[in-house]
Amino acid sequence: MAAIDAAAIPQSEIPASMKIAFAVMVATLVAAPLPPFQVDPVFLMKALCFALFACAFNLLIGYGGLLSFGHAMFFGWASYVAAHLAKVGAISMPYWSDGWHWLVIPLPPQSPELAILGGTLVAGVLGGIVGALAIRRQGVYFAMITLALAQMMYLFALQMKFTGGEDGIQGVPRGRLFGIIDLSGSVAMYAFVMLIFLAAFLLIYRIVYSPFGEVLKAIRENEPRAISLGYKTERYKLVAFILSATLAGLAGATKALAFQFASLTDLHWTMSGEVVLMALVGGFGTIFGPVVGAVAIVALQTHFASFGEWVPVIEGAIFIACVLVLRRGVVGELAARLHIRL
Amino acid sequence: MFEIFGIPSTALFGQLVLGLVNGSFYALLGLGLAVIFGMLNIINFAHGAQYMMGAFAAVLLLDKLGIGYWPALVLVPVIIGAFGIVIERLLLQWLYKLDHLYGLLLTFGLALVIEGVFRRYYGPSGIRYGVPDLLQGEQNLGFMSLPDYPAWVIAVSVVVCFGTWFAIARTRLGSYLRAATENPTLVRAFGIDVPRMIMLTYGFGVALAALAGVLAAPIYNVSAQMGSDLIIVVFAVVVIGGMGSIMGAIVAGFGLGIVEGLTEAFFPEASSTVIFAVMVIVLLIRPTGLFVRGT
Repeated sequence: MAAIDAAAIPQSEIPASMKIAFAVMVATLVAAPLPPFQVDPVFLMKALCFALFACAFNLLIGYGGLLSFGHAMFFGWASYVAAHLAKVGAISMPYWSDGWHWLVIPLPPQSPELAILGGTLVAGVLGGIVGALAIRRQGVYFAMITLALAQMMYLFALQMKFTGGEDGIQGVPRGRLFGIIDLSGSVAMYAFVMLIFLAAFLLIYRIVYSPFGEVLKAIRENEPRAISLGYKTERYKLVAFILSATLAGLAGATKALAFQFASLTDLHWTMSGEVVLMALVGGFGTIFGPVVGAVAIVALQTHFASFGEWVPVIEGAIFIACVLVLRRGVVGELAARLHIRL
Repeated sequence: MFEIFGIPSTALFGQLVLGLVNGSFYALLGLGLAVIFGMLNIINFAHGAQYMMGAFAAVLLLDKLGIGYWPALVLVPVIIGAFGIVIERLLLQWLYKLDHLYGLLLTFGLALVIEGVFRRYYGPSGIRYGVPDLLQGEQNLGFMSLPDYPAWVIAVSVVVCFGTWFAIARTRLGSYLRAATENPTLVRAFGIDVPRMIMLTYGFGVALAALAGVLAAPIYNVSAQMGSDLIIVVFAVVVIGGMGSIMGAIVAGFGLGIVEGLTEAFFPEASSTVIFAVMVIVLLIRPTGLFVRGT
């Protein structure tokens, strides 16, 4: 990890609080599945996929001030595409030449890296289209537009054949990474998920503290002023949207392989709400907040699984409580109290 | 019987009526959203849940107290409207000075709580509520037969929507309301109790949703999730119409209901997505919404 860390960020710029928090996070992730903790790797993989999803979402709300209520569409569609690629092992698309035909491009068999790449790219392209439409309006309209477009993508998935409708895509093979490393064991898969998560996490850190990220924060604080300074704010917002959608797609694609299925649940508006909740609980605009929020919400869902029907009620109550008394989130509040950056 | 573009006219008129019925609900709910947004600067995500509560309240009044459809039509909006006022006093009033997004987040949480509780106690499958005896017949209009209940729903919605528009655009109370939307501080300085007006506005918006719920109970399945899918469509309607004008919300509601009904007649598989497609087109050619002049 240290190698990526050093390569990505100049050492001098990183505050000590960030370094310590990052070290604690990595140590926790490495130690968790080992004795004496022996946390279930399935739980850890789920938590990490959602943590990445929440971090991607937070890039938009926390640093761009844009509340997307439709991020499940990137997560869910990437998950479908990755599951399809890993299971069918081919890209097929219709083309016209004296009638419709199917163009089938076979892929190397059982290649998880290509499946994840494919799902992520599709999410990025979808993000480009949705982002270009949604940034035409601001504030609450932006949230309503993303929600409506996500519902449209949900209805498409319900109607299309390759998604398997209500059943989803099941029995997705994890395959061999680069044709060498067998991912069917949960330890190997966890290590793979952890690597993806950490790489994406560092990338998000890099984006947030880059000149691009600073402009984004300026737009969040005062868009007319940023425009008057000569920034093409729409372009910055669109790039932020595409980055966020792509990373949300990476999370969804990884989840499809880790859990070996893709379903409509990941595409439903409740999933869009869940990722908002994760980021809100941890703290909008904090680097570590969404990770803490995601782990907390996934733990809550796992712990209260036997009270299944009450889980949405509890989540709704947490939403209300956070908005009323903990708007900075757990990590945001901690950082503010201790006067550090997290 | 004759045909229009290969569709039998009776089927086409039937779809048109269904479209108008859906449009009635879009208009009533969109109107409530617009009125609430105008005064509170909050997008009421719980609107769908409050509509569902209206339908359930009608069912429960009949089951537990034997109170039928006609009294329910008045009682339910009052009860659920009062519930809305409690919500406003307990939760929403603390948010007015914050970013608009927090109102959306809080009411989303509220929707989850309400929907979750109803799903816990009444399950995911629906409950039936009969059409009142008086409205079970149908009228023969010559070119089609019009069932009474859908006609009643459309009529109530038109009357309530235009009554609301009239009250806001043409009466003294409405002028206070519009003034308070523009500049609450100044209106307060004239001795008008703005916080109380905000509270009552929210109660009224919620009552509109509850009224729509009672109207919907005899035609749609009464279930915990009946509001959430509907409210997303209403959001698209509101984006298309723009919330700046009351009339815009009403016209967009009925218009998109008709568009949806006709799509159902010609391309049934596209009917669930057509409103979202219209939203995309509107965003491309007139991003501020159809009924808003400039920004």
